Amino acid sequence: MQAIIIGCGRVGSTVAKRLASEGWHVTAIDEKESALSRLGEDWTGGFVVGHGMDTDVLREAGIEEGDGVVVATDGDNTNIVIGQVAQKRFGIDCTVVRILDPARADFYAQRGLRTVCPTSTAIDVLTEAVRTCEVGGPKEASVQVARP
Amino acid sequence: MYVLIAGGGKAGANVMRTLLRNGHEATLIEQERDRFERLEAEFEHQAMLGDATEIFVLEKAGIRRPPDLVLALTGDDEDNMVICQLAKEKYGVQKVIARVNDPRNQPHFDLLGISPTVCATSSILGLVEHEVPEHDLVHLLELRKENLEIVEVQIDKNSPSAGKRVEKLALPEGARLISVMRDGQAEIAVGSTELLEGDQVLAILEPGKEDELRRVLLKR
Repeated sequence: MQAIIIGCGRVGSTVAKRLASEGWHVTAIDEKESALSRLGEDWTGGFVVGHGMDTDVLREAGIEEGDGVVVATDGDNTNIVIGQVAQKRFGIDCTVVRILDPARADFYAQRGLRTVCPTSTAIDVLTEAVRTCEVGGPKEASVQVARP
Repeated sequence: MYVLIAGGGKAGANVMRTLLRNGHEATLIEQERDRFERLEAEFEHQAMLGDATEIFVLEKAGIRRPPDLVLALTGDDEDNMVICQLAKEKYGVQKVIARVNDPRNQPHFDLLGISPTVCATSSILGLVEHEVPEHDLVHLLELRKENLEIVEVQIDKNSPSAGKRVEKLALPEGARLISVMRDGQAEIAVGSTELLEGDQVLAILEPGKEDELRRVLLKR
């Protein structure tokens, strides 16, 4: 199975390494050559320096034979466009796109793009974490007030 | 007419100025504070600070009305594509016009069905091609909606069409000659028009027929 990871930052590089460790053949794309170091010294997958909007770069990374594409650059709109190019031009059904803005993530999810919104996830997790906190400040205070 | 403009650079600000002068209603969205402050001094409440790819910014600017026209004129092609998609597909805006900053991104605009687009670099390149004395096919105008294009061809002395009448040419299906320019004078091309060396011929054709037309007129 071949995966193309576009944007090799903290998220992209870790996804790349994890998929590679599970036996995928992974090629990462990043504008900066220095991003290769994020993949570690023993990286045996591919790495292409270039912009993900450039279809020549996507082809060089082997998108035409790709089974899965992860788009995780630091720009929401860049990710949205690259994701649609991967899905519509190259026909990669398994294209997963990171979108930080929940509103745009929802809109494009409705239009058939597989979007992942870390912001929504953080909101859910943080809210839930507070709800389930055992030491609640206000609760203690109210108990103290109630004491005679 | 109500027009929403995203991007307050030279293009956006000038279009805004002209629209207002012609009595239209318009809102201009600009993301950079410095630039916005200059725009606000001129356009007052009709200028808005914000990222036009953010849904709440678009809604504050009145995209729900919806506008008759949305112009995506920012310096970022990805932003322009997203603005157009949101305008058309989320808010039912009937007409959008997008600026293409990097001509290499044109296929992406086409893929996403964003049309019409305007690309200054492509226009300049077209004009440069027009100036280069190379006897080949020069693209002058693309009519995307009609799926037609207008090209210019210069007939040279080796052209198989030189000395022939238009009606004798085996023009490809989906291609017609429009006019012939000779010694600074243009004439509509009709069946009896004879092509001569040095003629500049305008043709209209379906994209993809260029090679066939080139073969008939120029033999290359």
